[in-house]
Amino acid sequence: MEFGLSEDQVMLQETIRRFVADEASLDTIRAIADQESGAQNVLDEKIAALGLDGLLVPEPEGGSGLGVLDAILVQECFGYGLVPSRFLANTVAAYAFGASGSELAGNIASGAAKFGLVLNDVVSRRDSSGIQVSGTSVTGKSLMAINVRDATHLLFYSDDAIHCGAPDETSVVKTIDRTREFFEVAVAGADPDAKTADVEQVFAVASVLIASDTLGAAQAMLDKAVVYASEREQFGRVIGSFQAVKHLCAEMAAKLEPCRALLWHAAHAIDENDDEAITMAYLAKAHMSDVATFIARTSTEVHGGMGFTDLVGLHYWFKRIGVNRQLFGTPMVLRERAARQQGLVA
Amino acid sequence: MDLTLSPEYAEFRDHVAETLKTNAHLAPGPNDKGLKHPKRLAWQAFLIKEGLTARTIPTEYGGYGAEPDILKSRIIAEEFARSGLPRPLAGQGISMLVPTLLELGTPEQKAAYIERTLKGELIWCQGYSEPGAGSDLAALRTSAVEDGDDFVINGQKIWTSTARQADMIFCLVRTDPEAKKHHGITYILFPMDIPGIEVRPLVDMTGAANFNEVFFTDVRVPKSGVVFEVNKGWQVANATLTHERGMLGDPNATKARFVELVELMKSEIFNGERLIDNPVLRDRLMALQAEVYAMQANGLRIMTSRLKRESAGIAGLIVKLQGCELNHQIAGLAIDALGELGVLYEEGEHLRAGGSWQWRYMYDLGLIIGGGTAQIQKNIISERGLGMPREPKLVRG
Repeated sequence: MEFGLSEDQVMLQETIRRFVADEASLDTIRAIADQESGAQNVLDEKIAALGLDGLLVPEPEGGSGLGVLDAILVQECFGYGLVPSRFLANTVAAYAFGASGSELAGNIASGAAKFGLVLNDVVSRRDSSGIQVSGTSVTGKSLMAINVRDATHLLFYSDDAIHCGAPDETSVVKTIDRTREFFEVAVAGADPDAKTADVEQVFAVASVLIASDTLGAAQAMLDKAVVYASEREQFGRVIGSFQAVKHLCAEMAAKLEPCRALLWHAAHAIDENDDEAITMAYLAKAHMSDVATFIARTSTEVHGGMGFTDLVGLHYWFKRIGVNRQLFGTPMVLRERAARQQGLVA
Repeated sequence: MDLTLSPEYAEFRDHVAETLKTNAHLAPGPNDKGLKHPKRLAWQAFLIKEGLTARTIPTEYGGYGAEPDILKSRIIAEEFARSGLPRPLAGQGISMLVPTLLELGTPEQKAAYIERTLKGELIWCQGYSEPGAGSDLAALRTSAVEDGDDFVINGQKIWTSTARQADMIFCLVRTDPEAKKHHGITYILFPMDIPGIEVRPLVDMTGAANFNEVFFTDVRVPKSGVVFEVNKGWQVANATLTHERGMLGDPNATKARFVELVELMKSEIFNGERLIDNPVLRDRLMALQAEVYAMQANGLRIMTSRLKRESAGIAGLIVKLQGCELNHQIAGLAIDALGELGVLYEEGEHLRAGGSWQWRYMYDLGLIIGGGTAQIQKNIISERGLGMPREPKLVRG
């Protein structure tokens, strides 16, 4: 009985944390957001050198054979530093298609297969989005796809199943978050061999990964609020000594810290095929989104007028949290899915 | 991460479950009322003998004498919850005074009080808060003046639970009015039947008197009642306050209430449909379930930190604030879901669950305030957890 991270997991997270601090400064992220030529590619190459793509892929296939719990620790660091990366999509794909013996597994681990994630239709179809599969031919489009640029494969949803295909026509969808790209996408040719029926499990993995990204971003906003409040002076004292300000920070910490344990538990439950795993994953993303929305707003307020400016860059985290909240299921949608999962919906 | 039990602990769990099952007939029933009912005392004695309570207290003081083992303590608590049998006695004497005496009491005090307290023969109340000393407990003014071998005590305490039933009180008094406020306090034990002590019930918003006021007029107390040293009472009290904060945010108790709420919403019919079939109520229920999961996971994380003798950090500091708030919200949803029946109270044909949801909604608000208010908790979290600066002290004059 031990609820916590192993030494290896602590080391993994420390390695990624240091990488993010060294290689993904706010200046780097700004350059990516401003679409400066080559900025994303330079960062992509450095991330590729970390060898994270095969994290979930079994060792015989050239991967690390680790679990979802390990993956969310990496994603949390990326959220903390606003790192745009393909890690999320490749990890979900490795979970869906990376079983021992599959050809895709080796290709994901080696970096040859680069996945985009087309999962929005699981929870939301609007403006005639929706993809239909008939044999190997695929028609229709989907909104809010991620990691689609330069993707060799797409993981997509159609008719209660998860499929593998290739990108066809794509166009960028402009959102509030300029650090990451989102797409409207059409799919070419489904691979009939790479099909996994368990939509809920795959979606649960995507949910805990996005929630961990949000956890990292929310922790960053809390840390920044504490630092700012401990330096900024008004009325002859640092504003962090005013209870009106320090209590806001305490509320952020009090809501955030249990989310960390919840996400560890949900990811571990997926790794162990626990009966409650999917329910816990959906509720974890819903709750994490609500807590982070509170923190995004509250941290901005603690920063006063500076929080509202582009100068401090706090808004990049605010927007990361805002997009993650709507992406692949808002809190309300996921809570209803969790209720259904437990047989609480008639 | 490993949430399974090793064979040793799995065996221990089976043993506890079996012991409770085969001896269920010894447990007191709902009609065996009164803190010292013979069946309650006999059940307590049985539980001590089996190592199901007072487990780590040395046998010379009437305990079971086992090595501390947090996991075994948790298993015992879980098996009590599963069995539905009455839990071991857990008044302020057992949960707060006994640990204090074990750490700081004289051999005479240990011998005189610990065993009888564990067995339920000696009921205690806690004399801490005063009308002018709530969150600022160290501002307490109840005075104790030396007179030969005695102290003579004058003053008033408030929020004293079980004062009417108590045989004894553990009390904070001011012995040095000249010293700085934290340095002039003494922790002292004395019987509640000494002349000059008056107890008045304090009726609260639930309609019951869960607390009391206690008045002291020239109460003569022997100096032998002092725990540790005169004027060192603040240190003694702090040893026990940490015990209380842990008690007020138990995630397993919260989970049990949540399960009751789910059952209520599945069974209760409103306008021809189950409450749980209402999407708005269901959404609120799921939001609370996420928080219950989170607090349970947080509790497991804290337990693992304790097993490793590490500090749980912020995860530990937030339990009282978040746990009490969550309990209050669970009761609040139950009342909303019950609609107009949610305000029924005490008795009546249409009353649900004996009116306990309203009672909890009010009592839980008391717990948000008691044991360190939510605002004091936020000071602790921001100052000790986040390292933020303290409020500057006012300069008087």
